[in-house]
Amino acid sequence: MSKRVGIVAVAQNAGAESKDNFYDQAYRVTKEVLDKAGLTRDDVETIISASSDIYHGGISCANAYYWETTGAFMKNGSRQDGESLFALFYGAMRIMTGRYDTALVIGLCKGSENPPNDTCTLMYSDPFYLRNVGLTETMAAAFQMRAYMEKYGITEEQCAKVAVKNLGNALGNPYAHRKGRYTVEEVLQSPRISDPLTELQCAPQSEGMVAALLASEEKAKKLSRKPVWIKGFGSSIDAYDIGDRDLLDGQLKNAAARAYRMAGIKEPAKEIDLAEISEPYAFQELMWCEDLGLCRAGEAGKLIDSGKTERTGELPVNPSGGVLANNPYVSRGLQRAVEAYLQITGQAGERQVEKKVKTALAHGTHGFAGQCHAVAILGL
Amino acid sequence: MTKEYKTIKTELRLPYELAYGATWTRFFEGMKEKKIYGTKCPKCGRVLVPARSFCPRCFVDMGEWIEVSQEGKLVAWCYTNYRYFGMPTEPPFIGAQINLDGTDVNFLHLIGGFDLSNFDEVRKIVKNGMKVRAEWKDDRNAHIMDIRYFKPL
Ligand SMILES: [Zn+2]
Repeated sequence: MSKRVGIVAVAQNAGAESKDNFYDQAYRVTKEVLDKAGLTRDDVETIISASSDIYHGGISCANAYYWETTGAFMKNGSRQDGESLFALFYGAMRIMTGRYDTALVIGLCKGSENPPNDTCTLMYSDPFYLRNVGLTETMAAAFQMRAYMEKYGITEEQCAKVAVKNLGNALGNPYAHRKGRYTVEEVLQSPRISDPLTELQCAPQSEGMVAALLASEEKAKKLSRKPVWIKGFGSSIDAYDIGDRDLLDGQLKNAAARAYRMAGIKEPAKEIDLAEISEPYAFQELMWCEDLGLCRAGEAGKLIDSGKTERTGELPVNPSGGVLANNPYVSRGLQRAVEAYLQITGQAGERQVEKKVKTALAHGTHGFAGQCHAVAILGL
Repeated sequence: MTKEYKTIKTELRLPYELAYGATWTRFFEGMKEKKIYGTKCPKCGRVLVPARSFCPRCFVDMGEWIEVSQEGKLVAWCYTNYRYFGMPTEPPFIGAQINLDGTDVNFLHLIGGFDLSNFDEVRKIVKNGMKVRAEWKDDRNAHIMDIRYFKPL
């Protein structure tokens, strides 16, 4: 990248159910990120929002709720449907063209108002075939989990440990929706909703307006004493039908390779200090760690056993509590980047890791069993 | 569920009418005749089921139609024990991916035909790799659920 793009300010709201309406929440988060950057609405040159019609079908089309609240009207605003980390990429790309010096990126979702997640994810299924067999994201994840455990001898206990770690980490995160000290037994004994998945291994349904203010290198240095640079990003998408895919050989490896190449990362396990990974289902944190090259294939069970990915470990993974603790669906990938930013700048409060974080990874995923993946590398 | 603050309950009911298209029309009509159709890619030779009009990998038109086997191998399953809007049948039920003999992709359907009420018993019966066979309903409507489920052999 000839010209760098920096994140200069972030804002998010709490994930638990709120009596505020969507409109006010979106406005307040936008206002907060502008105030933190010392900008007015007029100073922001372009805006990319991320949301999904399936997750706000009850309110109206995007136009009714986004363009005033995010300050985008009368500007070059655009909306991206699906995983919000892509909106970060698009915002960065707009700045990289040289036409803009500032961009607001915002993910919008108010999960508490929606039908249950799986009512929404059933709508991912085509109406002719898969939907009539009842395929939801949870069913696809359960297929993937059993296959993963059988292939590598990963145990249910090792998968449950991810939930124990992340829900425990969330105790330090005021924005997290679900949190608590649980034991592996409690996680495994929670309702077995879609065996082998138990309820505490599945992400909740959370609220999340999540914003990041991006700026060109020159502008970022003016707006912030410590801008965090977007060093690399990449994505990859798999075939739609899970029957056409190898659920254990997905596209995250490709997405990561693209991001690593752009960021100049050769040995991710050594060069990445911290990872915020989207794990709507506990075992997926293990699978994604392998695909990201943070450990070798089949070895993430050992990785979680070692304690290395704890908040106090050598390579903290999801010190925020991750998606298991807070799942504002569409906004969750961008929220990983926001958390990575807070860790790099030392603003993560009680959830701040002990080690120094110079380079962090943020990951987002969308679709059945990780059909689509996006990876961003952020750093000083 | 009533919330403590003022809310409005709203619901979307938007009627759409979607074309099956030639390939899926033929596939689903096959269900009526207790036949499962796939199509074969002239380039990579893979047999895809349900039938497709093109091979997504090779990006060429599919070739011959093949009536595929009604037996296959279980490759993935989950025991679903909660209710959700649009569920295919009352829980508990077993969603499954089945690799039908002679095909190169996995077919999504249900496993059944035995007592599903006790999960520990189910775990003793259902194993990835086991052979299963399609059981058809008597009343068929050119619909994927004309197959009641796949039953362990
Ligand atoms: Zn082909």
